[in-house]
Amino acid sequence: MARMKFICDAERCIECNGCVTACKNEHEVPWGVNRRRVVTLNDGVPGERSISVACMHCSDAPCMAVCPVNCFYKTDEGVVLHDKDTCIGCGYCSYACPFGAPQFPSQGTFGVRGKMDKCTFCAGGPEANGSQAEFEKYGRNRLAEGKLPACAEMCSTKALLAGDGDVVADIFRERVIKRNKGAEVWGWGTAYGSAKAGQKPQAEGVKK
Amino acid sequence: MTKPTLVLLIASCAMALSACGEKAQTLGTKDDATAFSGVNNAFIEKGWQAGDKTSWERQLNARAQYGQNDHTRSP
Repeated sequence: MARMKFICDAERCIECNGCVTACKNEHEVPWGVNRRRVVTLNDGVPGERSISVACMHCSDAPCMAVCPVNCFYKTDEGVVLHDKDTCIGCGYCSYACPFGAPQFPSQGTFGVRGKMDKCTFCAGGPEANGSQAEFEKYGRNRLAEGKLPACAEMCSTKALLAGDGDVVADIFRERVIKRNKGAEVWGWGTAYGSAKAGQKPQAEGVKK
Repeated sequence: MTKPTLVLLIASCAMALSACGEKAQTLGTKDDATAFSGVNNAFIEKGWQAGDKTSWERQLNARAQYGQNDHTRSP
């Protein structure tokens, strides 16, 4: 098995926020904490695109690199998880993460920042698999139940794909070939540079 | 010293010393069980053997294909 990965098909995402709702419901995530969000690019402009974003379970995760108490760990499947008993809620991971994945509950006295919470790829945490303690701290452990993340399985248009990176890549590639569109989004067919590289520069004064 | 006084003294000493205890401050995380070891609850999906990694991988891959690849369901 390769590593567990998410990918969001921007051609299919309809910004319904079903993934966000599925995640919040599955793990009983409190108010103010969003493990997953739908981001819209060029909102209101023709051709706008939406993508669903959460922890991308980076191969070389910056949150792991900056954590001063070393509360992160990575499973054999490449899922980045953390131990809330070790986390001190400093927020360094929040600054390091390029996706805004680490979230902090602020329901304590004077809005004090609690321990970090983030997408677990529905893999729970370092408590016993499927235990009440694991559910209360990290949510359901669907991977150990033989299921895939709830956000992807609930996606109405199957825009959000999750699972073994090789399988997900195959599914996405098949789609792109059949609809003959979408490869340019991820830069296939382009090596070392953008798709515009090597083309004639635009004349001055031409509005882009 | 009478026996009750001695017992009281020992008990109070034990209580006072208990405050000297301190939680271990080791860094790092607890050991986590592997995902393929399964869960002991009613939500576990049927069709695979908990503890068998190959079986678990097959289950997830089949689920990904069936649940996410609509081209295999309606080509």
